[in-house]
Amino acid sequence: MNAVLNYAVWFALLCFAMAMVFAAIRLLRGPAAQDRILALDTFYINGMLTLLTLGIRSSSQAYFDIALMIALFGFIGSVSLAKFLLRGEVIEP
Amino acid sequence: MTTQDVPLWAALPAALLLIASGLFAFVGSLGLLRLPSFFARMHGPSMGTTMGTGCLLFASMLVSSSLAQRPVIHEFLITLFVVMSSPVTAMMLMRAAVYRDKARAEENQTEAPAPEHQPGQRPGHEPEPG
Repeated sequence: MNAVLNYAVWFALLCFAMAMVFAAIRLLRGPAAQDRILALDTFYINGMLTLLTLGIRSSSQAYFDIALMIALFGFIGSVSLAKFLLRGEVIEP
Repeated sequence: MTTQDVPLWAALPAALLLIASGLFAFVGSLGLLRLPSFFARMHGPSMGTTMGTGCLLFASMLVSSSLAQRPVIHEFLITLFVVMSSPVTAMMLMRAAVYRDKARAEENQTEAPAPEHQPGQRPGHEPEPG
C-alpha cells in the first residue's frame, strides 16, 4: 500500500526537478536583472522543496534543518538583491 | 526505505498532497518561463511557492506524525516563514521593477525618441542591465 507514497514522492521529485530546470533557463536568459532575481527566488524554493521531499522519503530530521536554513538565507539574498536594484546599495547609512 | 511503515490513513492523503505540491511548483515555474512580461511573471512563482510549500509541509507533518505516533508540527515553522517572507520579496522586486522601468523611460525620453520598451518581448533588444 505504501507503493502509493513511494510513487508520489518520485513524482514530486520529478516535478521539482523540472521546475528547477525552468527557473535555471529563466535565470540564464532573463532580459532584465529583476527577472534573474525572481528566477533565483523560485530556484531556491524548489531546491528547498526537493530537500523536504527527500526528508519525507528517508524520514530523517537533518533535511528539515537544511531546508529551514535554505529558506532563511534565500530570503535574505533575494531581499538584499532587490534592495540593491531599488537603491543602488544594500545597507544605507 | 522507511516509508513502508506509514499506515494507509496517512499515506494516501500524503501522496495526494505530494502530487498537488509537485504540480503547483511545476505550473508556477512554467509560468515563470513562459509568460510574456515581468509583471505577468511575478504571479506564477508566488502560487508555486505558497501552495507548493503548504501542501508539501502538510504531507511531511502527516508522515512524520504517523511514524512517531505523536503530533510532529515543527514543519509548520517553514510554512510560517515562507508565507511571511514570500510577499516581502515579491513586493520589493515589484517596486524595483517599477522604479527601473520608470528610470529607463525617462532616460529614453531625454536622449532620443527610442522605440517603445516592451519588457520581455525579445531578450536581444535591450542592453543587459547588470
